[in-house]
Amino acid sequence: MDEFIEGWTAQNGATRDRLLPLLHAVQEEAGHVDDAIVPVIAKALNLSRADVHGVVTFYHDFRRTPQGRHVVKLCRAESCQARGGAAIEAAAAQRLGVAMGQTRSDGAVSLEPVYCLGLCAIGPNALVDGRPVARIDGAALERIAAEVAA
Amino acid sequence: MKIYVSRDMASVALGADDVAHAFTEAGCDVIRTGSRGLFSIEPLVEVETADGRIGYGPVGPGDVAAVLDGTHPNRLGRIDALPFFAGQQRFTFARCGVIDPVCLDDYAATSGWKGLDAARALAPQAVVDAVKASGLRGRGGAGFPTGIKWQTVLDAPGDAKYIVCNADEGDSGTFADRMLMEGDPYCLIEGMAIAAHAVGAHHGYIYIRSEYPFAIYTMRLAIERAAQRIAPFTLEVREGAGAYVCGEETALLDSIEGKRGQVRAKPPLPALKGLFGQPTVINNVLSLAAVPFILAEGAEAYAAVGFGRSRGTMPVQLAGNVRHGGLYEIGFGITLGALVNAIGGGTASGRPVRAVQVGGPLGAYFPPSMFHLPFDYEAFAAAGGLIGHAGITVFDDSVDMAHMARFAMEFCAVESCGKCTPCRIGSTRGVEIVDRIIGMRPHAVMPANAGISLLAGGAEEKRDPSLRWDDEVLGKALYSRSPSRIDTSLDAQSDLLRDLCDTMKYGSLCALGGFTPYPVLSALDYFPEDFGLAKSVQEAAE
Repeated sequence: MDEFIEGWTAQNGATRDRLLPLLHAVQEEAGHVDDAIVPVIAKALNLSRADVHGVVTFYHDFRRTPQGRHVVKLCRAESCQARGGAAIEAAAAQRLGVAMGQTRSDGAVSLEPVYCLGLCAIGPNALVDGRPVARIDGAALERIAAEVAA
Repeated sequence: MKIYVSRDMASVALGADDVAHAFTEAGCDVIRTGSRGLFSIEPLVEVETADGRIGYGPVGPGDVAAVLDGTHPNRLGRIDALPFFAGQQRFTFARCGVIDPVCLDDYAATSGWKGLDAARALAPQAVVDAVKASGLRGRGGAGFPTGIKWQTVLDAPGDAKYIVCNADEGDSGTFADRMLMEGDPYCLIEGMAIAAHAVGAHHGYIYIRSEYPFAIYTMRLAIERAAQRIAPFTLEVREGAGAYVCGEETALLDSIEGKRGQVRAKPPLPALKGLFGQPTVINNVLSLAAVPFILAEGAEAYAAVGFGRSRGTMPVQLAGNVRHGGLYEIGFGITLGALVNAIGGGTASGRPVRAVQVGGPLGAYFPPSMFHLPFDYEAFAAAGGLIGHAGITVFDDSVDMAHMARFAMEFCAVESCGKCTPCRIGSTRGVEIVDRIIGMRPHAVMPANAGISLLAGGAEEKRDPSLRWDDEVLGKALYSRSPSRIDTSLDAQSDLLRDLCDTMKYGSLCALGGFTPYPVLSALDYFPEDFGLAKSVQEAAE
């Protein structure tokens, strides 16, 4: 990972404003931003470890622990709620066997809340491994569950 | 045969990719466009014929033959002749859904770059004057006159000025920024290049939320392709990281600088000391995207449309439980009721409309008795609400407004940047008060997801779900925080909630804490029965 960060900063610069792009890159490469990598990032950008830790923990996107192999991001915002989102949320948690905001113990799937995907007239919506899915109902949940099981 | 299929994220979520693939397999020349903006007809397929583009929708991948021979039952005819589109005034979204969004030739052939060429033929002051004359106000929600903001940056001394586009469209019920970036990215790029010429900036940033992967991809591609056209001005996309508060302009600037997205105290204004301490124009996507039209067609053409001090058009977004949801661009002044009922067609569920939330999570909930309100910044402010980013989320009569008030406080607690106390602490106390009120309702059952605490990173429900929030439990909970003199009556708690809202409204640093009271207070005012309170006199008289 150290070489990855070195290569990245050599190509993209090592100024402070590169911190978020670097964190995105690290997370894409490693799956999460491990606490052990924070000092390396801090050194690369000439920041304090506390500073980098503060940024990592501020943003919801950055994860400090590994994610499930599949990630279902389900929208909890008002427009999806207006279309039955709360019931779908409860059904998804039950069907996937994992509470909202958690990763299933076998590591197969993470169920994460997201506040709006901008598909507000066709909810409830989700991003399933990055793929947008709209108008989620019982049948759509079954398809998602099958995808996650595969 | 030329076929047009949208590549908008919403269309793709409804299966447009499979449809496009099926037509490609059948030997058609498939052109991917943005979305026209009416989602009840997506996935929409348009077939180029001698009579123009004929639309069919919704269409599935198995419908290729029926569409190609014109026998498909969902034949819609010309899309712009449909009532939903015929009534619109598309100034900003004229090309969206029509052209290939990343094709430079298409853009140039549909009056693209006309505004930039006109602007570059003018002195910077003349460009600022044109934007002032158009009456354009910030479309992000605050409604501050764009021309005055630009004037401040033009007049400010500084060696490096910046143009920043706020594309952190986090409000639920809004998707216009996303649609424009995916459907007509050059329009935004042109607007930013005009702003750069007007104030003397050389570099710009587009801050897009990470929840919009399609928009990020499309904007990056478009910037690369348009680089020569906008030179010497340069642009880059910055991806957000899931923080709602970064939609606040100063938090957004801190985020670009690589810091926690915390709100800055104002003054100094970003126009004077913004990004990296330099004079900065920070505008919403829709504000910047309105500028090419103003320069190309003239400020008068833009200002001729509108209502009162709200000039021009607003891309209204109809969302939530609405039959014909989508994007409806029209001049200010149309009533809320016309948008929800006549254009939106009421609820998708077929049940009566009970409430609409205008302006996202920080906007007020209005009952149908307020549907006479004209869409206008001042009219909404006077009614205790806001237009915000012009998203309208429709709810039917199954909505529990106490639950929605709780959600507003919970959302604020999850997303607060933590800098000021009224927002950081007030929102958590607000959730607790609403929970107490809900607990006092007859036969109270906590809302389905009330126990799922996102504050503690999704810690599991510790409360026994079968437990009623009766007086004993409530008393104990309160005792642990405040030993005496707590009045747990419903009236006292609702007074306390109003008091807390007052503190948040006037004591918070930015709109997150400051406007969260809008949905809470409007729910209390217009839907008191959901809190177990007596119906208001006004409604009882109806």
